[in-house]
This record gives sequence, structure tokens and C-alpha cells, in this order.
Amino acid sequence: MDLQIALLLAQDGITNGAIYALLALALVLVFAVTRVIFIPQGEFVAFGALTLASLQAGKLPGTLWLLLGMGAVITLMEFAKALRERRIRRIPSILLLNCGVPLILAGILFAVSPATLPLPVQVILALMLVVPLGPMIYRLAYQPIAEASVLVLLIVSVAVHVTLIGLGLYFFGAEGSRTPAFTDTSFAIGDALLQGQTLLVVVASVVLIVALYLFFERTIYGKALRATAMNRTGARLMGISATLAGRLSFTLAALIGAFSGILISPITTIYYDSGFLIGLQGLRRRHHRRSGQLSACRRRRHPGRSA
Amino acid sequence: MNNFRFLFAFVVALALGPLVLPEFYVTLLNYIGLYAIVALGLVLLTGVGGLTSFGQAAFVGVGAYTTAYLTTVYGVSPWLTLPAGLALTAAVALSIGFITLRLSGHFLPLGTIAWGISLYYLFGSVDFLGGHTGISGIPALQIFGFELKSGRQFYYLIWAMLLVIVVATRNLLDSREGRAVRALKGGTLMAESMGVNTPRSKIVIFTIAALYACLSGWLYAHLQRFVNPTPFSLLQGIEYLFMVVVGGVAYVWGAILGAGLITILKQWLQDWLPQLLGQSGNFEMIVFGLLMILVLHRARDGLWPIILRLIPEHPERPRVAHAEALPRRAIPPAGSVLLEISNASKRFGGLIANDRMNFKVRSAEIMALIGPNGAGKSTMFNGISGVDPLTSGEISFCGERIEALEARDIARRGISRSFQHVRLLPTMSVKRSHRRPSAW
Repeated sequence: MDLQIALLLAQDGITNGAIYALLALALVLVFAVTRVIFIPQGEFVAFGALTLASLQAGKLPGTLWLLLGMGAVITLMEFAKALRERRIRRIPSILLLNCGVPLILAGILFAVSPATLPLPVQVILALMLVVPLGPMIYRLAYQPIAEASVLVLLIVSVAVHVTLIGLGLYFFGAEGSRTPAFTDTSFAIGDALLQGQTLLVVVASVVLIVALYLFFERTIYGKALRATAMNRTGARLMGISATLAGRLSFTLAALIGAFSGILISPITTIYYDSGFLIGLQGLRRRHHRRSGQLSACRRRRHPGRSA
Repeated sequence: MNNFRFLFAFVVALALGPLVLPEFYVTLLNYIGLYAIVALGLVLLTGVGGLTSFGQAAFVGVGAYTTAYLTTVYGVSPWLTLPAGLALTAAVALSIGFITLRLSGHFLPLGTIAWGISLYYLFGSVDFLGGHTGISGIPALQIFGFELKSGRQFYYLIWAMLLVIVVATRNLLDSREGRAVRALKGGTLMAESMGVNTPRSKIVIFTIAALYACLSGWLYAHLQRFVNPTPFSLLQGIEYLFMVVVGGVAYVWGAILGAGLITILKQWLQDWLPQLLGQSGNFEMIVFGLLMILVLHRARDGLWPIILRLIPEHPERPRVAHAEALPRRAIPPAGSVLLEISNASKRFGGLIANDRMNFKVRSAEIMALIGPNGAGKSTMFNGISGVDPLTSGEISFCGERIEALEARDIARRGISRSFQHVRLLPTMSVKRSHRRPSAW
């Protein structure tokens, strides 16, 4: 064990730690707002990384078909609902959001060859393919049973998890992928090298965390999410839609997951099922935070008890 | 009578099955039986007790590996390895139970995922268990010198054991212990204040579920005559849970229905999906996941209640027609002090809900505690019954100090309470809900 190895291990620890912090944040967010223990969180990491890898390999990523398929199913469901409720005016926006956007994305992917695009554009394309899956999964799997017990929601989470794992295997195959590093620069500290990518992961995580902080503190939607997390009923009475809060939290979770995946895929090889163990680590971390929070809630709730 | 006729027809069909069915279907039925035994444990745990485990497959592994190791290395008779496996499983379940069952709500199922993974990796990485190649050459079972070598012969053993377990489970649920377990699902507060030791009840059903899984593992090892870690993975544990959810999580027969449906569907999907998708892999999990979401959306109680609706209903008769009355406890003479509250205070942080309350309740007397909203009446009640213990002060009941006791121990001493928001158990009759704990 010399300084070089210590530095190498420290780099590894810091990058992993940054990613876990992000995932833990997403899990806390989803659980606090919707009471869903989001086991499939890790799948977004894998899907984000593997979608980017497919784009770079010049292949059409399987997540596109998932996006189109789920969009079509949601369109049908919302269409039927709009007809039943006689709210015909909603139909164009339903069509545009759930079918139009995925179709435009598909059009872009077919028109230009994504492998030739610059890396930032590829990253944005990958995010656009993976992030909408979050709210779509919420719409299909969780929204119809949003009031069910935590246990039922957890079983649904496990069901979603195995479905996504199976789809991941089908879309991306059993081989892992690693994407090229965002930056080749490295800094020498004594004998050891500090990889630019490590620095990038840490900086990007910090930027994302600060952005989320600003979102929760300064925007009306962020405040709505926090209100829902504190007290669901109270938030509803204040006119905050539980459905909107749910979709928003799932969008953020998908964004955080996919972005984390894209960040670490140059450092570790990501397989279709890598997400689960990464997600479990996040869950463990979340527990520490959550149990602290819960005991605080319990303390607060007591004075409310009255005869 | 209907119930009996149904059971009789079922047993006859089972008995005739292997005589007419081709080998493939007998094998399939064997697996359904093995899975159903594990699923029954999950019915007890999840459907009745309101706890969930994703890690049952690990207990199946404990049963299978115990017998595999003991029979191949030490040449122990399989009939001795069964009790050994059960004892080991009970020890493992009790120790895991003592650690993880204290976790409330959703932490427990997450805990089961964790030990489901760790036991699986243990099987795969320990050298004397054969690593990932497993253990082969497990001897066949012998009954009175007759070797159960073929699947057809083994079939009868599996299904006989399954039927015994079905009957045992039903009887258990109808017993006092079973009623205490059934009260768990409605939240521990009500059960505790009725005198149920809820941590104990949880450990009991957790251990029973693990023992069922171990039995299934023992049968599996001697049917296959070979074990490796694959069938004891977390994914299989999830599949067991799927079986009970699809079949009907609160129904003993739902476990068998679910095990049958999932096993047949899996067989069918494993044939078709790789051809359809042009790849090989566990793609049936995609369909299972979607099926599961659909079932939880549309029929949260599973498919068995839907079938049950088709069968004409008949009132449930008590199993024991004339149970002996319990001994009556001695009635204290009228006017003697039953309950004495002295200097009872309850603080919630800075708020004092009860401030040095003093009163006595005498035998053959009705005492009312009255006051406006927020006066602290419920707080006083919760303090006396141990649901929310006092901050300071003394409570004596029949001369015994009870303020430091748990709610269940206070209930066992003879104090009964009701709740302002009635905490009824939807699956229990009114009569049963209000029986005293000793007779519950």
C-alpha cells in the first residue's frame, strides 16, 4: 500500500460515493412523495449508460421501443379516459406528449446517425430517451394504485424491477458496455494520476445536488413536492395534485438515475442488471437518513393526539 | 358439505393423476407441489400476518443443502436429515427473525432481500457445499425399503405432504395462536392492547414459513438428487411471492392455484419467448412482472376469491362445537379499589396533556372521565392501557403496579379497552374481534 494505491482507491471511493449520494437522494424523494420504495431506480442507471453506449455504437437503443410502446399504451388509456369524461379538448395534448415526442425522437435517431454526433448531443439524446420512462412507469404501474399500502407498492416495485431487468437483457444483451471518457485530461499529484473523469463525476454530482436544492427551495414545483412529502393530505387540500407530484418525482428520479449511469459508465462496465446492486447500496444509505427523519416525525406527531 | 366434496374430488383427481398423465405433466405437478409448499408459508406470512419475504428461496436452499451435504458426505439417512434441516432452518429463521422482524413496515421486506442475496452467495462460495457446481449423487428416498426413484412415485410423497400442510395451516389459523396472527395485519396497536405478544406472533409465523420452505427444499433435493445454488436465488424468492399474489395472498388454496399457474406459465413461456424474441434468457420475468402489476391493479386479493365467488357460499361452522368455558377469575368484593391512578402525568415535549391526575375506580362501579375536546381523556386511557405510557406517576391494578408494563401484559391482567376510532379487523367476525384475549 503506497500513496499511489491510496489515491486510486480514494478516487474510486469518491466517485462511487458521489453516485450513491445522488441515487439515495432520488430514492428519498420518490419515497417521501409517493411512498413507493423505488427498487427499479438502479435500472435507470443501467438504461442511461447502455442507451448512450448503443448510440455511440451506432445502434438503435432498445429503450426507444420501450418509450414508443409505453407512450402508445398511455395514449390509449388517457384517450379512453378523456372520452369517458367527455373532455375531448385534452386529446391533442395527450397525443403530442405520449406519442408525438417519442416519435420525433425516433425520427431524429433514424434521420441522423447518432454515432457521428458530438458527445454532449449524444448524452442529451440518451437522457431524452430514458428520462420520460420515469413518469411513464409512474403513470402505468403506480398511479392507478397510488393509495395502496407501502407493502403493495413495494411488490409492484419488485414487479417493475424484474420486468425492466428482462427488457434490459432483451434490449442490450448480456454483454456489458463501457463508454469512452468525457475527458482525457488527468492531473499528476505526486506519483499518482487524478483522472479527469473522476473530477467530472464529483463536479457534476455537486452541480446536480445544488440544482436540486435550488429547485426545491426556489421553484413552485419544488415547494409543491416538499409539501407533498411532508403531508400528502395537507398538500392536496392546498391544491397540489398528488398525480403531478408523483410524476414529477419519478421524472427527477429517472433523470438522476440516467445521469448517474452516464457519468459512471466510462469508469465501470455496466451490464443490463448492474443497476440492482447499485440501487441496493442507495437504499441502504437512504435508510440511515430516512429512519432519522421518521423518528423526528414521530416526535412531532404526538402533541396532535387529542381526546 | 360442499367443502368436503370439493376436497374429496381434489384428492381423487390427485391420486389418479400420475396413472393417466404423461411423464412431463407428472414432473410439472411435482414442481407445482414443491412450490406450493413454500407458497403456503408465504400465505401465512404475507396474506395472514401482513409481513412479506422475498427471501423464502434461501430457506428452501438451507433445507436442500443440509440434506445434500449430510447424505453425501456422512451417509446419513434422508429421514434423519429432515429433522436436522428443520432444526437448522429454525435456528437460522429465529436468529434472522430476531434481527429483522424488529424492523417495522417496509424495512422488513427490504431486509429479506438482503439475506436472500447473502444466503444465495453463501451457497455458491462455500467450498464444502460444492460452490457453483453444487452437490450431486444425493441418494433416493426410501419408504419401508421401497426406493422412490421415479417422479411418479415421488409425486405421491410431495402431494401427501402438501395436503398435510394445507390441513395443518388451516387448523393453525383457526386456533388461538392463529387468531393472534390474523390480528397482526390490522396493525399491532389493536392486537397488543388485546393482549397479543405481536413480536412473538411474528417470529412464530416467520419460523413456520421458513420450515415449510425447508421441507420443500428437502423434497427437492431428493427428487432432483442434485443441488446447486441457482434455484435458491433472490429471483426465485420473488417468484414465490408472485405465486401467492397471483393465486390469492390470503387463501390457503390460493397458494396452490398460484404455484400451478406460475409454474405452467413459466414452462410455456420458456418454450415460446426465446423463439419469439430470437434470444435466450429469463424473459418470462418480463411477462411475470407485467402480470403481477395487472393482478395488483385489478384483483389485489388474487385469483382465488374470483373462483370462490363462482362456488355457492355456505356459512362457516365452528370446528369445535362445544368448547369448554374458561375458568372465571375471582370477582373482587364490591367497593374494593380496582384501579388506582396517582400523580399521573403525560408530557408531549412542552405540552402537558395530563397533569398529576388522581382517581380510583372501585369494583362494581362505573366511572366516567369527562371533559372538552383536547382535555386529555384519550391520553389518560392510553396511559392506563400502556398504549402510550405515562411520563410519570403510578397506576395500580388490583394492588399491582402496572405503569411500566407493555400494553399486552396489562391486557392479560384483565384490563380491556376499546378505541375511539374502531380498529376492526375486516376478516374477523364481530364476536371474535371483541373476545377477551385469552379466548381469542
